[in-house]
Amino acid sequence: MFIINCPYCGERDQTEFTCHGEAHIARPDKPSEISDEEWGKYLFFRENPKGTHFERWTHDHGCRRWFNVMRDTVTDQIIKTYKMGEAKPVISNE
Amino acid sequence: MSNQNRTIYGGKVNREKPINFVFNGKSYIGYQGDTLASALLANDVHLIGRSFKYHRARGILTAGSEEPNAIVQLGLGARTEPNIRATEVELYEGLEASSQNCWPSVNFDIGAMNNFLSRIFPAGFYYKTFKWPPSMWLFYEHFIRKAAGLGQSPTAKNPDRYEQKFYYTDITIVGGGISGLLAALGAGRSGCKVLLIDENPELGGYLLDYNFSINEKDGKKWLKKIIDELNGLANVVILKRTTAMGYYDYNYLTALEKVTNHHVEFSSTLPRERYWRIRSKKVILAQGAFERPLVFADNDRPGIMMASAGQKYLSRYGVLPGKSVVLFTNNDHAYLTAFEFVEKGAKVTVVDTRDLLNARISEKCKSLNITVFKSYSVIKTYGDKKVNRIEIQQVDKNQNQLTGEVENIHTDCVLMSGGWNPAVQLFSQSRGKLKYDLKINTFVPDKIIENQKIIGSNNGQFNLQENLNESFEAGIAAANELNFNSVEKVNWTGKEEIEFTHSDVEPYMLGKKKVTKGSKHFIDFQNDVTAADIFLAQREGYISVEHTKRYTTTGMGTDQGKTSNVNALALMSHIHNKPVDEIGHTTFRPPYAPQTIGAIAGRSVDKLFDPERKTSMHEWHVENKAVFEDVGQWKRPYYFPQKKEDIHQAVKRECLAVRNSLGILDASTLGKIDLQGPDAAKFLNMIYTNAWSKLEIGSCRYGLMCNEHGMIFDDGVTSRLGENHYHMTTTTGGAARVMSWLEEFLQTEWLDMKVFCTSVTEQWAVLSISGPNSREFLKDLTNIDLSKENFPFMKFREGEVCGVKARVFRISFTGELSYEVNVTARYGRYVWEKFMEHGKKYNITPYGTETMHVLRAEKGFIIVGQDTDGSVTPSDMNMDWIVSKKKEDFLGKRSFTRPDTARHDRKKFVGLLVNDKKTILPEGSHIVEKALKQPPMKMLGHVTSSYYSPTLGYPIALAMLKDGFNKMGEQVVVPLMNGKIIEATVTDTIFYDKEGKRNNE
Repeated sequence: MFIINCPYCGERDQTEFTCHGEAHIARPDKPSEISDEEWGKYLFFRENPKGTHFERWTHDHGCRRWFNVMRDTVTDQIIKTYKMGEAKPVISNE
Repeated sequence: MSNQNRTIYGGKVNREKPINFVFNGKSYIGYQGDTLASALLANDVHLIGRSFKYHRARGILTAGSEEPNAIVQLGLGARTEPNIRATEVELYEGLEASSQNCWPSVNFDIGAMNNFLSRIFPAGFYYKTFKWPPSMWLFYEHFIRKAAGLGQSPTAKNPDRYEQKFYYTDITIVGGGISGLLAALGAGRSGCKVLLIDENPELGGYLLDYNFSINEKDGKKWLKKIIDELNGLANVVILKRTTAMGYYDYNYLTALEKVTNHHVEFSSTLPRERYWRIRSKKVILAQGAFERPLVFADNDRPGIMMASAGQKYLSRYGVLPGKSVVLFTNNDHAYLTAFEFVEKGAKVTVVDTRDLLNARISEKCKSLNITVFKSYSVIKTYGDKKVNRIEIQQVDKNQNQLTGEVENIHTDCVLMSGGWNPAVQLFSQSRGKLKYDLKINTFVPDKIIENQKIIGSNNGQFNLQENLNESFEAGIAAANELNFNSVEKVNWTGKEEIEFTHSDVEPYMLGKKKVTKGSKHFIDFQNDVTAADIFLAQREGYISVEHTKRYTTTGMGTDQGKTSNVNALALMSHIHNKPVDEIGHTTFRPPYAPQTIGAIAGRSVDKLFDPERKTSMHEWHVENKAVFEDVGQWKRPYYFPQKKEDIHQAVKRECLAVRNSLGILDASTLGKIDLQGPDAAKFLNMIYTNAWSKLEIGSCRYGLMCNEHGMIFDDGVTSRLGENHYHMTTTTGGAARVMSWLEEFLQTEWLDMKVFCTSVTEQWAVLSISGPNSREFLKDLTNIDLSKENFPFMKFREGEVCGVKARVFRISFTGELSYEVNVTARYGRYVWEKFMEHGKKYNITPYGTETMHVLRAEKGFIIVGQDTDGSVTPSDMNMDWIVSKKKEDFLGKRSFTRPDTARHDRKKFVGLLVNDKKTILPEGSHIVEKALKQPPMKMLGHVTSSYYSPTLGYPIALAMLKDGFNKMGEQVVVPLMNGKIIEATVTDTIFYDKEGKRNNE
């Protein structure tokens, strides 16, 4: 069970949060102008990396805010949490 | 004769305080300080139960939480507990326990014939034998479960209370033996917050049972001083009788504290158990090690126990489990127990698998008259309900076989020691990696993942002297790493008469002698897994350690193989002639020991299991005999029976009242969301499929929400209250989901939109009045102009109703002239009662959800989640009219043109009328192309809603039917579970008032 550092509230227990899968998948600006394939990618295709993963979480039983989490899927270490709209952190190779 | 095996002096039991207890219906006396196991041994009771599969006589193997054999049914009635380790139960007045898995009694057990039939019961027997035909398994299983069994669960409701505690600390130390105590002292003196957990009633662990010295003085006194100092430290919390059960990510631990369980009969004030959920910055594991059994034929008889257990029964409880004792060992340390037994009056013979013996030990054996058979092994034991004779034979180490004459020794107790296994369960749960240590022949911790230390024998380090100083320093270091000041190190000199040695420890003793089917070299005592079973699994191809485990069930008992795992792996290594490291080990998972569900549930039982949500009119419904229905957490009136009405009669009466005069529904549970902000209209345009920009203030509009896949996921009416102010309603069950959906898009996609969403579901009580008389009725109670011209359908007005400020919405879910009166929740009941009083002249009739469902179905109004199931588009529901063609974008729109969504032969929403005009189709029934005698039949769709319509006088149904819009007027067949085949005609979905005149009145 993780401890998650909510960017608005600080460290809280995982039970207060919900994970919503991969982050940084922007909704296409003009859905009507893109192909079925591109729309399908937005709807269905997700990364499943062994290692660093970016995902969306909400602090449901807290501030109810959405934010992003950078997590290592192997060690479950949470490398960083950051607010929506902030740039995707760079993965270091160390 | 009572306590015949009790020594005259010695041990920590209080011989002045006798305690009465009952085992298998017979009364015994033990002493304060005894466990059930020690008290039984003291009274010469060795036969405790029957084994899982072969019903073999079993006694007491260990003296701790690893016990596989001595598991009993403890307590009576609602408090009874199965599979309780007698070695852990502290004796209390009135304790009652009994043997498990035996009938009619443990002494004469019919099931014991399984033992003689064991040649036909090898590993995998059940899988192979009861496989065919597949449908019979459920029948076989019933008998198998009965025959191979553990204890009985209580059938009555648990009368006890269980508590939960959430706890945050700097350092948690698991294990209160010498390593844990010293680590706690080091960390405690440094000033950080320490939690020390130990499963025993007394701190001290291993050292409580053995003699040792510190700085050349009596070690026990020193130990007491250490514990006294810890007890005096305010920053150190000590939990005794508490077992750490689970070790999860980020140093989250769970632990079960036996507040009264297993040491007090029960308490009216204290909880039975307390479940701790611990979050710790650092964890120090100091759980120690388990002694490993030796594997030889019939090594499971009562009277055969671990050497360390013998030591504990003798030194702690003053119980001499046998007078003529054999110690079977492969290491030096176990000799301490032999010496102790001689000192207390037993005759001891040692069988040692090694040929070279430490000179000091040899000498001492000679002086104590202990015969030592060097390079010998026990090869067989005898004795029906207790061991009485063993056979030994010489071991040729080089040839790895048994040679020479078989010799007989008469004995009443065999103590065995095959070395020690660190208790790596929690370490492994924390994803720490193990490695095989060739010096002590067992798995030891290797790579640590969590912020954690592992010390002492738990880390494979058995030397007292080294453990003393290193454990204390580990405590200091841990505190230091958390930025607490260092404290001075101390140098203790600790000594045991015989130190643990790292040499000559091997996990099993079989030699080359062929292990035949039916021979009983037990590896896993609790699950009756023998060495032959492990051989068999390898022969049959279950070679992976995970396969061997599941095929033989080794390590799968309630003890989770604490005594058996390493022996099983070592045997596999022997069979495959591969190092144990390459065999690997199975995964350890929580819980570490069996635990009660009650403790996990804590106070979340009965009324507190799940919150109940009640409307402000709820008590009125109760007083007026409503039958309730659960809708999510809400309690909603289902129907209001009068006198002896059944549901059908009540619903019929309620429906007709609404159609003919006036009905009233408590609609307070509808989800309500208050939307405010300059971008609210723009936002609604994206959320709903229809257009919202032109909705006037004071108007209401029905809306449908789709997800991005284009599937309907909620609906409701939203009204414009002001320039930038909207009142949204959702389905009762969907309220929270919709709220999250709105927040998601506002927070993740459209961060620039200025809209605030607030849930106001519970702030408003909603009284929905419906029926041709509703205008006449409401007119007298409000200052709002209700005239058709000034307050038409789909409008909203504010004013007073019964003197209370109200929002009134002219919307309808019944198809009748309706008003939804919203008042502040606390006036809900007041206004309801006024309505009931004033409505008498219109025969106002309260109705529940069932009538609501019937009335809306007569009108073909959908219920999201009943008529739709998450795979249905607005077009499928014949609701294209609500999908804007003009809007460039809204959630789900793009998916409507995906090839699969646009397919014309999708299931479509239609009405069904049964041809016999009387059968009410069960909801969920399948519509098939052609009814056959049995499945498979080609399915065309299914019934989503089905009722008897009191208004029409015949049944109506709604259904999803393949290409349904092109099948109007066609015949379909619906086969029922009872074999009947019902014919029906496809119709549109509106059965009553097709023009929609009535709600426009």
